[in-house]
Formats: sequence, C-alpha cells, structure tokens
Amino acid sequence: MNNDEIRANLLKRSRASRNERFGKLISGACITIIIAVVVSIFYFVASKGLATFFEDKVNLWKFLTGTIWNPSAKDAQGNPQVGALPMIVGSFSVTFLAAIIATPFAIGAAVFMTEISPRLGKKVLQPVIELLVGIPSVVYGFIGLSVVVPFVRHTFGGSGFGILSGTFVLFVMILPTVTSMTVDALKSVPRAYREASLALGATRWQTIYKVVLRASTSGIITAVVFGMSRAFGEALAVQMVIGNAMLLPQNLISPASTLTSVLTMGMGNSVMGSLSNNALWSLALLLLIMPLIFNILIRWIGKKGAMR
Amino acid sequence: MTPRKWDKIATFVLYMISIFIIFVLAFLLLYILISGLPNVSWHFITSKSSSFQAGGGIGVQLFNSVYLLVLAMIISVPLSLGAGIWLSEYAPKNWITSLIRNAIEILSSLPSVVVGLFGFLVFSINMKFGFSILSGALALTVFNLPLLTRKVEDSLQAIHYTQREAGYALGLSRWETVIHVVVPAALPGIITGMILGMGRIFGEAAALIYTAGQSSPSLDFSNWNPLYIASPLNPMRSAETLAVHIWKINSEGIIPDATQVSAASSAVLVLFVLLLNFLARYVGNRLYARLTGVKERN
Repeated sequence: MNNDEIRANLLKRSRASRNERFGKLISGACITIIIAVVVSIFYFVASKGLATFFEDKVNLWKFLTGTIWNPSAKDAQGNPQVGALPMIVGSFSVTFLAAIIATPFAIGAAVFMTEISPRLGKKVLQPVIELLVGIPSVVYGFIGLSVVVPFVRHTFGGSGFGILSGTFVLFVMILPTVTSMTVDALKSVPRAYREASLALGATRWQTIYKVVLRASTSGIITAVVFGMSRAFGEALAVQMVIGNAMLLPQNLISPASTLTSVLTMGMGNSVMGSLSNNALWSLALLLLIMPLIFNILIRWIGKKGAMR
Repeated sequence: MTPRKWDKIATFVLYMISIFIIFVLAFLLLYILISGLPNVSWHFITSKSSSFQAGGGIGVQLFNSVYLLVLAMIISVPLSLGAGIWLSEYAPKNWITSLIRNAIEILSSLPSVVVGLFGFLVFSINMKFGFSILSGALALTVFNLPLLTRKVEDSLQAIHYTQREAGYALGLSRWETVIHVVVPAALPGIITGMILGMGRIFGEAAALIYTAGQSSPSLDFSNWNPLYIASPLNPMRSAETLAVHIWKINSEGIIPDATQVSAASSAVLVLFVLLLNFLARYVGNRLYARLTGVKERN
C-alpha cells in the first residue's frame, strides 16, 4: 500500500462513523416528527379556536361568562349566543368533586401500601390498581350508566344524570392514577425520617401523620393535580352519565354538561367553518390550555417542594 | 384517647380503605363479567352488528379494533423507538433537549378527545383521508407516542453505562452499541411498555369517534385485497371499533338490546385488555429471565 492509499483511507469516513451518522439521523428524524406533531396540534387547534374571537368577533369575556349556549341562533342584539359558562362550571365541578373524594382514598391506600403492609400492598393492591388503570373509559361509562345513574336516581331523586353521577365515575377512574403517584411520593421519603420519629417514641400513626405525610406533601399535591388533569380531559365516560343539558347546573343531580361532552356530541353536527363549529373549536382550545395550566401547577409545586 | 388507641383506629381505617378499593375492582370486574359473559357467544363475536333490531353481533367491530391496533402499532413502534433512542443516547444536555422533553410530556397530558379532534381536522379533513382506518391509526399513534417514547427512554436509561463502554471498547460506533447491546438488554422493559400501550389503544374511543368514524360499511370477508373497496383490509374505509360501538349504542340507544350488547362487548373488551396486561407481565418476566438468567424481576 503506498502512502496515497493510506492517506485516502485515513481521511475517508470509517464504516463505523458512517453508521453513526445514519443512526443519529434516523433517531433525530423520529424525535423531529414528534415535535412537529406537538407544534401542529397547538397550531391547528388554536387557529380554529381563535377564529371565534377574531373572525366572528365574539367577545372573549362574554364567551367565558355567558350562560346560554345556542350558537346557531342570535340574541336580541344580534350577537351569537355562545356562552361557555355552563360547560366550564360542569367540567370544573366534576373535576374538583372527584378529586376531593378520591384524595383521602388514594392517600389511605398509598399509606397502607408503603407503611402498613408493603407485602400485601405489593401482592394485592398493586395489581388491583394496575387492573383499574387498564379498564377502558367506555366501560366505566357503561357501568356508570347501568349502575351509578339508577343508584343516584333512587337515592337522591331526579333523573340520575348529572354532576353527581359524573363525579362518582371520575372518582373511580382517577383513583388508581392518584394512588400510584402518591405511593411514589411516599416511597421517596427517606427511611431515616421514619426511624427518627419511631425512636422518639411516636406510634406508627403519629409517624405517618406528622412525618411521612408532611415530608411528602408536595408529591401528594402533584399526584392530585395530575388526577384532576386526567378528570378534566375525560370525555366519553362523563358524557354518558352527565345528561348533556347545556344549562348552568342548579344542583348536583340536575343534567349538566362538560367541555368534553359538548365536543363529543356536537362536532359531528356542525358545518366546518360555521360559527357553531368555530365555537366548538374554542372549547377544544380551552381543553388544550387546561392541561398546560395543570402542568405548570405541577412543576411549580414540585419546585416549592424541592426547596425545603 | 391515647396515641396508642389512635394508632389502632388509623390502622383500622387504612385497612378499610384498602379493602374498599379491592372491593371496587372486584365489583367492576364481576359486574362486567356476570352481566356480559352470558350474552357472549361465538355467534355474537363473529356476526355483523344490527342497526335497529336485537340480536346483532360485534364481529366487524372486533376485527376493526384489532386491525386499527396493528396499524397504529406498526406506525408508532419504530417512531417511539427512534425517539426514545435519541432522547436516551444522543440528546445533548441543553435547553433544546429539555424543551423537547417538555413538549412530549405536554403531548402525553393532552385529553384524548383533543387528540381525536386534531386527527379529525388534520388527517380526515386537511389530508382528505376522511373517516378512515388510516386517520384513526394516525390519531392513535399521536395518542400513544409520548408514553411509548417515555417507556423506551426509561428502559434504555436503566441499562448500566458499563454495557455501553463494553461496546465502545470493542470498536463499535455509538449506534451499533445501541442497536446490538443496549436495546437487546432493555428489551423486556420496552416490550412490556408496548403491550401495555396496546391495551390502552384497544380501549380508546374518544380519539376515534371523529377519525375512524362511527359506522362500518358492509365488508366482504372473501376479498383481502387492501385496494378493494369492501375489503376488510382497505385502510380508507370507515371503521367503528368495539369501544366506539359501546359508546354509540349507549348514547344513541336505537337497538332494543343495547344493554345486553354493551355488557357483552364490555366483557370482551375488558377480557382482551386484561389478557394484554397479563401478557405484558409474562412476556416481560420471561424475556428478562431469558436474557439475564435472573429468575425474579424486582
């Protein structure tokens, strides 16, 4: 081999280096596609959802606080009747109520799994929770329809459809998520904390209540907010039991509606580009923004918790 | 009340809560299976659904669900593998990477109905795919990608760096090390994640209502040419899946035996998802034992 050949061989890309560039390119392309999808979701939903305000000149404040949702008709002043308040109230009430009921159960189960009986927790509760996560949401909706709705009708009166039924269904749906995240939070409390407390003569409950739960507060709140984000976005199960009446809910057992239920019911019945269609996309935009807010909230809680 | 007594009470309450949760699951499963399974028969699983009369089956819906699942996995598995590898092996530690991670996290927290509407707007209308299996599969891909990517990245990250160093020491490039050393070692975790993702896809309905559609044209099961219009494999036909079927007959309620049909369909759906869950566990453990020689995975 003369010098030129050696030189050429040294300067040429080796097989490994070509291979490396190929791999980097392929995996980089995959991640680029995902990022493009995220950006286009925001672009498309926002461009449709904002059309209500820019093209149809609906007042944003009136949209958020109006109580009458009838986009195909106009009111006495000729303004379109797109008041989203009934749906917003409906969504937030089922979300908060479900979170309020689910939190004690989730914390209780998580404490049981980490502090009282880790063996039973791992052998029994862990699989139970994983199975609960696996049940599809339409099945929850169907059970809500055939069990929860009649139960609410017999116990509290009314038609049985309404916020209360939605709350019960969402409670069961978010319980496993909140529980498993709370378990992670409790597990991250250092063992020395518990030992120090027990060494001071505290009972197990005192240790749990005064040390473990206090030390993991931010993690538990994160779990609850995450569950709320889930509940807020849940569509079909809620839609099946809430009654789908676009009225401001008067009480917990009167038919109501949520952002997701209106979207699933209405999108097929409106013409693309019309005001009633744009108004629905504005609701979708609200649904897109809320997880972002929940996300920021979770991060902020995480930061606060980390500083202590 | 002494602290000791409080301790007893609290322990009792915690036991009660745990028993309650187990009771809830037991009730759900028993309710679905007891009310559903008596209505499940071979005829029910294989026959066509009816739109107005009682006695329809779920054959087409079941086929659609499986076909959509397969298509969605074919698209999302390579994408999530590539993206997971990039995040775990190539991502530089800078603000762009953390932005990308945030974007993926946001994508995973989006409600599935929003993903469905996005699919409706982009795949069905802008790309003119209409209500079709293809739109549905793409929407399911969007819905499933962030979780799969996360799972792949976590599984790859769990592999010790000495494995990679061994690869480099043999003169392999980074990519070869990843493909021939790291990915095989992380396979049990990746496969478990994929199968769990399949379970999620199989039960998903909200993302499909406006992408794969809510109706099924009559199919000719003797012609499997994907280009033939009534072929079961034609990706451009609309397809109602099992989960969408349950939702639809309950919210429209035209057929008289809606309760029986949805109970039976729910039973089939839940059994399928449970099966996938157990499969995930079994295959994951089996692969792990096979690849490492360790019996029990912690």
